[in-house]
Parts: sequence; structure tokens; C-alpha cells
Amino acid sequence: MSSRDAILSKLRAAGRVPEPLPEVPLFDEGLPPVLDQFKASLARMGGQWVDAPAEGLDAWLGQRFAGAQVVCSAVPETMGTLRIATVTDPRALENVDVGIVRARFAVAETGSVWLSEAEYGVNSLGYLAQHLVVLLDPAAILPNLHHAYRQAAFADARYCALVTGPSATADIEGVLIRGAQGVRTLTVVALATPR
Amino acid sequence: MANDIFTDKKVDHVKGSRQFIADEPHIAFHDKRLWTLRELRDKEAHGIPEWEQLRELASAIKSHTLTHLADYLEEFERNATANGVTVHWAKDAAEHNRIVHEILAARGVETLVKSKSMLTEECNMRPYLEERGITVVETDLGERIQQLDDEPPTHIVVPAVHKLAKDVAEVFADTIGTDRHNADPHYLAEGMRQDTRPYFIKAGAGMTGCNFAVAETGTVVTCTNEGNADLSGNVPPLYIASIGIEKLIPKMEHLGVFIRMLSRSALGSPITQYTSHFRAPRAGGESHFILVDNGRSDRLAMDDFWYSLKCIRCGACMNTCPVYRRSGGLSYGGVYAGPIGAIINPTFDLKKYSALPFASTLNGSCSNVCPVKINIHEQIYKWRQIVVEQGQVSFVKKESMKLAGKLLADPKRYRAWSSGAGKALAKLPRAFLYNPFNAWGKQRELPEPPKQTFHQWYAANRKPETEA
Amino acid sequence: MQVALFIPCFIDAFFPEVGIATLELLEKTGCTVVYPFNQTCCGQPMGNSGCETDARGTEALFVQNFADYDYVVSPSGSCVHHVRDHLTAVAQDSATRKVRASTYELVEFLHDVLKLTDFPWAEFPHKVGLHNSCGTLRRLGHASTTELNVPPWSKPLDLLRGVKGIEFVVPKRPDECCGFGGTFCVTEEPVSARMGYDKVRDHAGAGAEYVVSADMSCLMHQKGCAERLGMPLKFIHIAQILNGARG
Repeated sequence: MSSRDAILSKLRAAGRVPEPLPEVPLFDEGLPPVLDQFKASLARMGGQWVDAPAEGLDAWLGQRFAGAQVVCSAVPETMGTLRIATVTDPRALENVDVGIVRARFAVAETGSVWLSEAEYGVNSLGYLAQHLVVLLDPAAILPNLHHAYRQAAFADARYCALVTGPSATADIEGVLIRGAQGVRTLTVVALATPR
Repeated sequence: MANDIFTDKKVDHVKGSRQFIADEPHIAFHDKRLWTLRELRDKEAHGIPEWEQLRELASAIKSHTLTHLADYLEEFERNATANGVTVHWAKDAAEHNRIVHEILAARGVETLVKSKSMLTEECNMRPYLEERGITVVETDLGERIQQLDDEPPTHIVVPAVHKLAKDVAEVFADTIGTDRHNADPHYLAEGMRQDTRPYFIKAGAGMTGCNFAVAETGTVVTCTNEGNADLSGNVPPLYIASIGIEKLIPKMEHLGVFIRMLSRSALGSPITQYTSHFRAPRAGGESHFILVDNGRSDRLAMDDFWYSLKCIRCGACMNTCPVYRRSGGLSYGGVYAGPIGAIINPTFDLKKYSALPFASTLNGSCSNVCPVKINIHEQIYKWRQIVVEQGQVSFVKKESMKLAGKLLADPKRYRAWSSGAGKALAKLPRAFLYNPFNAWGKQRELPEPPKQTFHQWYAANRKPETEA
Repeated sequence: MQVALFIPCFIDAFFPEVGIATLELLEKTGCTVVYPFNQTCCGQPMGNSGCETDARGTEALFVQNFADYDYVVSPSGSCVHHVRDHLTAVAQDSATRKVRASTYELVEFLHDVLKLTDFPWAEFPHKVGLHNSCGTLRRLGHASTTELNVPPWSKPLDLLRGVKGIEFVVPKRPDECCGFGGTFCVTEEPVSARMGYDKVRDHAGAGAEYVVSADMSCLMHQKGCAERLGMPLKFIHIAQILNGARG
């Protein structure tokens, strides 16, 4: 018998009495306004919030990441120095200073943004870059994770992640360090999706 | 002790704890750090009105899934396969390791980067692959520290929590060349980052564990903070996930319940920095999912213990456990330490881990913080009965309990003992009471012996209705 | 109301004053107290050690001694927990079932059955730290725990608030186990003692003169630790305060 069949038949022979599957409510009554909550959660998780820059995205980027050599853009709002569409090998993003992507949606409860291969172009952009800038339409913020996990996007994406602030660790004496193996900073910029 | 995990040497928790306690800076930090995590967890739990309802739901979803586990595994396999993932089944650790090696060897992979996985620890996979010429790089900071120090993780979420920064400085100085005299955690973490990056680029394969496997979509979910799981899964051309078969949940919408509680229970943060969903290989990439039993199907058949399969490895029971905080993960001598270790390890080897169910005061705090409501302390109590039944306690203990049982079942003999107990105590010289063989007296004073027992007082002062 | 008094073995042998206080207190509240003379122990030491089967005779004796009473009251939370949740070595006949359902820990009996909140004879002008034993806290439900998101309650505090002059101080980790743990206190001596040291330091740090508890075993352990550390902390059973001990 294959291991597969052996495992399955052992599980079936375990004799557990079937128990019912409960309904999961949305738990969305009496929640604070999503935008306020998102900003608070994002700040708590070490991310930064920026209102739509009056000087324009490029000018803001130039100021915020003055020393950046490689700015890789996966959005039409800015060209950067490297278009993600020209990249095929994930490893080619090793030297990216700043990655720019647009989140499909966000979650107020946790301060998370949702990104998949469609948003990243090449997934490693979100992790090999030193800094990540995430454009977010404030109209695309969901109240909590129960709403988020009812989005069909999860079933469609090959890979997707709820990304919440920059990479972090507290593995040495509990000291919180932002910028572990992934991005050192994560900035969410409020910019409505162009129609 | 570290190297004894995969031998059948009996674990001596008392000895391990004594060593741990002897080192004041380490035990003081360990206790304080984990208690802080417990307090952060409390703050989150008290901030969510539906917290207790979420625990009920999580427990019920797990009960449902475990009682239909074969069906959900088939559904998961079907969907993952349709998504273009190769699904493997491993009945035990050896088969798991063989499968991983075959995948890597067939593609000429020399370097494997991986994120933290308790399952690969359980399978002792790293040495297996290293013996076969594959470089395995742990890319979670705590896990990497433990790998470089040749120690197992001592906590399932914070693997090097028993170490101080100066210990890490020593390990890193010896292995990755950082400055031995610089114990600043920022400096050390940056040293790790700089050392690890090139491995992500040159690795032929990346590997992760699995926090949840969604049957409905065939998705593997990982919850991490450092970005290393997403680097492992998205940079090398080949991705492998090891999945304990108990990780199944039916649908995406159930993740809402678990993700809301996992990091809150573990670290007191609302969510991990990355909650990542690997469903299908990326364009041009290759994915393999390995479904691993390794004792889980046996556990499912244990009437008193199958509940432990609900565990989502948050570590909250460890953080709250007053015994674990004061004895350290190494003292448990197994892959899993703390309360969850006390109930899981004996399912692998009762004899080896027979001490663990006794490394508990049965205080029950573990069960109260468990996000899936495992009755941990009740299982510990049950394991004690089984350990004794199977003859895995000392002759002295067994005989003394037999004698105690006989004495306490016989009022006459009990009176003879109790009326003499206090007096006997009072007559003994201090040197006899406070000797190394008297465990009570080593670090504690004995109670003042009373002049008479309650029973004697009652007989003298109140009119007894009946005489013994 | 007729009440059968169960004085556990270690209180009988080492802390008769707690048994006496319990008896007198119950009488003050108007109960008729019966003390079955053949009582010994509930069986907990054996069950707790994994030697449940060795507890059979002791448990059978317990059932025999107490089956005739509607209320069995004991000043020991862990023993009541054993009777209620773990008295399983003996046959589960109607007598056993009745005893298991009729056995109350003193605080819950005063609070839930007699519904007392005032102890006019009691006065305790001291700073007191409350120690809820784990059995009373998490199994008998004496008080809400910090772990659960539930509205707060505390039966022992409800009672102690009815004592004149008493002042409460709260340790940093109010419901952390003190490390007694039954046979754990000797089989796992290093951790047990360390937990005890941490516990009494926490109480002293909060400014307690007295530690009060419904479980004498925890107090015996903590007292042994405090004395060894040379701390002036004092320990008293809740029955003694409620019965009017002045300290």
C-alpha cells in the first residue's frame, strides 16, 4: 500500500465521531472607521502612512529615498529606474533599493496590504528590495480579516500575501528590529486607483 | 543534552532545570521575556470582545476538520495537484527526508534556504541532507542562531529565547565573523542579514513549513515576521513545503479566525508581518507539497489525546507556563518543549519522555491561553496515569504511593501516623531535615509541628458522635 | 443547615488551627457542623502522582464517610477539585456521584450557598495579598483569571471585603502559580522552589504583610520559601481571617 493510502486508511480507522463545521460570523459591528483604524494598525506594525503627496509621487520618492540607485516600479504612476516588466529572474532584483507596488486591498484591523504576483510582477520585489512603497486606494480598505478572507482574490492568485509593515525580528533579547531578512521600511502612500 | 533528542536516552527534566536555574542572568531574562509576551497576549485578548468566541470557533473548526481529516486531505491533494503542485505523502520522518532529498538531488540542488519549521525539526531533516552534501541554511534569525550553535530550538516561536545577546555575539563571532565584543542586537541582526542574503540568491531551492493548509484551494499558508519565508518561497526556482497533516482547515474564510488569534496569542501582535499564501507555482517555477504523518494518525486514534492535534504552534502555553519559563526549552529534551511538549513528546516515545508530564504543577494556565482550547493540563494529568500504568516511574515512587494509598484508606493506621507526624518532625535534628536527600528542605523551611492534630483537638474539645 | 466538615490530611496533621477556624466559622454562620470521625484524605496525592489506582481505597473511604450529607465543606481548594473532577478510581455509583456533587470548598460554600458578604466579628487591620491557588482559580472558578476575556469577579475578595480594616495589595503576577503543585514540590524541587521564591518576592514587592489563601498547601510552600529567604512575610488561611483572627 502506498504511504498515501496507508495514512488515509489509518485516519479513517481512527474512529473519530464527525463533528459539525460552525458558521464564522463577520464580527464587523461597531468597528472604528476603516481609514483611521488602518493608519493606527499600520503604525503599530512599523509601517508608515503618507497622504497623497502634493508635490507628486516622483518628487516625493526623490526626496524620501534620495540616495536610492535602483528604484523598481511595478506601477504606472512612476517609472523608477527599472520597470518590473523587464525582469524575469527573481534573483535579478537583488540590488533594488526601492520597490513600488500597488496593493489590491488593505485590512484596517491589522494594517495589512494585499499583494500577489499580479501586483508584484515578480514576487521577490516585495522581499529583496531594501524598501517597499505601497500605493493604496483608501477606498479599498476592508474592516477586518473575516472580510479579507472572503475575497475571491485568494483563490485566484498563485501566490499572495498580507504584508504588514516591514520585515521584523525580536529574536535577540526581545529587542524589536525593523528590517530583518526582508524590506527595512514599508510606506503606504494614499493614492486613488486611476480610472 | 541537545544531541540526545534523537536518541532514546531518558529525559531528566529536573537535572536540566537545575542547570538552567543555576544561571541567574539567563533564567531571570527568560522568565521576564516570556512573561512579557504573555502580558502582550493578554492585552490583545482583552481588546477583542469576541476573543472567547473566536477560541470556541477555532476549536470547533479543528474538531470538525480532524474528524473528517482524510476527506480534507484528499480535497487538498486534488486542488493542489490541479494547481500544478506535486503532492507527496510521507508516513514518517525518514520518508519525508528521503522525499526532500530526492527532489533536491534530481535537480542538482546544492544549497537549500529554509524558514523555520517545527516539522522539519521533528524529522531531523537538516543532518540528513547535510550528510548527503546539501548545504541547508536556516534563515529565521533565532533558528539560524540555534543552527550555528548546534542546538535545537528551545521555543517553537522564539527559538533562541534562552540566549542573551552576549551569547549570540559569541556564536556569530565563531561562525559568521561578527565582532565578539559587540552584543548590540541591531548589529547582530544586521550581521545575520548580510550573511544570509547571498544564500537566497545562490540557493537552488527554498523550503517552508506550513501554518495552515486550505483544502478548498490547495493553499499552504505561512505566518512569519522576518520576510525569510517569502524569500525562500519566491527567490529560488524550486519551492518545497512540509505540511503536518493536522494543519488542514476546510476553507479560506476559516483563516480569518486563526490568523486573528495566532500572532496575538504568540507575540501579542495583531498579525505577523507576513501572512503568505502559496497556492500554485509561479510562472516558470516548481512547487512540491509534502504531507507528513509521523505519528499524527496514531494520535488521532487516542481518545484522550487526539485534541492535541488542534495545536497551531503559537507557543502561548509555553509563554504562560511558570515551569517552562523557569526551566528552559532544553530541559524538556525534545523537539517540543513546555506544556505542549509534555503532551506531544510522549506520543513519540513514552519511555524517553516519561518525566515531562510531571514537569507541571497542573495549574491550567496553558489551557486558558490556548487559542484552540486544547485541555492541555487535563491531558498532562492523564499522561501521568499512563506513565505509571506503563511502569515508567521509579520503584520508590510507585511503592511510596502504594503505601500512601493503603495508609490513607485505613483510618486507624492514618491516626497512628498523623498523631506521630508532627512529633516525629519536632524531634528530628535540623541536620537530618535539611539534608541533600530531603527535597523539601533544600530551599524551604518546614512547617512548625503542631502540639496536636485537628483530630486530637476535636476529640478533646468537642463531643465526637462516633469513635473510630 | 447541616454541614459535614472535611479536614484534609495535611491540615489535620500540620495546620489544626485552620481546621478549628473553619469549624468555628461555619458554626458562627449558623451551620450545624458534623465531623465524620473516620475521615483521612481525598486521594489527591496518589491521583496527582499518576497512581490513580492506589487512590481507590482512600476514595472509597471518602465516599463512605460523606455520602450521607447534602453539604460537605472543606478548607482546601485542591482537595475539593480532586473530589469534584478526579474522584474516578472508585466506582461511580450513586453515593460517589452524590459526594462529588455535594462537596464544596469553604469560600464557594460561604459565597454561593450561604451567600454571605458580611463578617461583623472579623477585623484584620493589615495589608494583605490574595493568593488564589490554581485549583480554586481555574477549576473551581473562585475568580476570573487574567488569561480569559471575561467580566472580572472574585469570590474570596467578595468575602474579605466584609472584614473590617483589611487593605489589599496586588502582586504583579496575581494568578501565577506559586510552584507547590502537590508532589511537584519535591519531585521538581529546583523549579518549585524558584517559583516559590519569585512568588513571595512579588507579594513582598507589592507591600503585603500577609498572604491569604484558601489553600494551605500553597501557603506552607510559600512560607517555607519566605522563611528561608529571611523575609518577614506572614501567611494566613482565609478561614482564620473570616473567623476573626486579628493577625
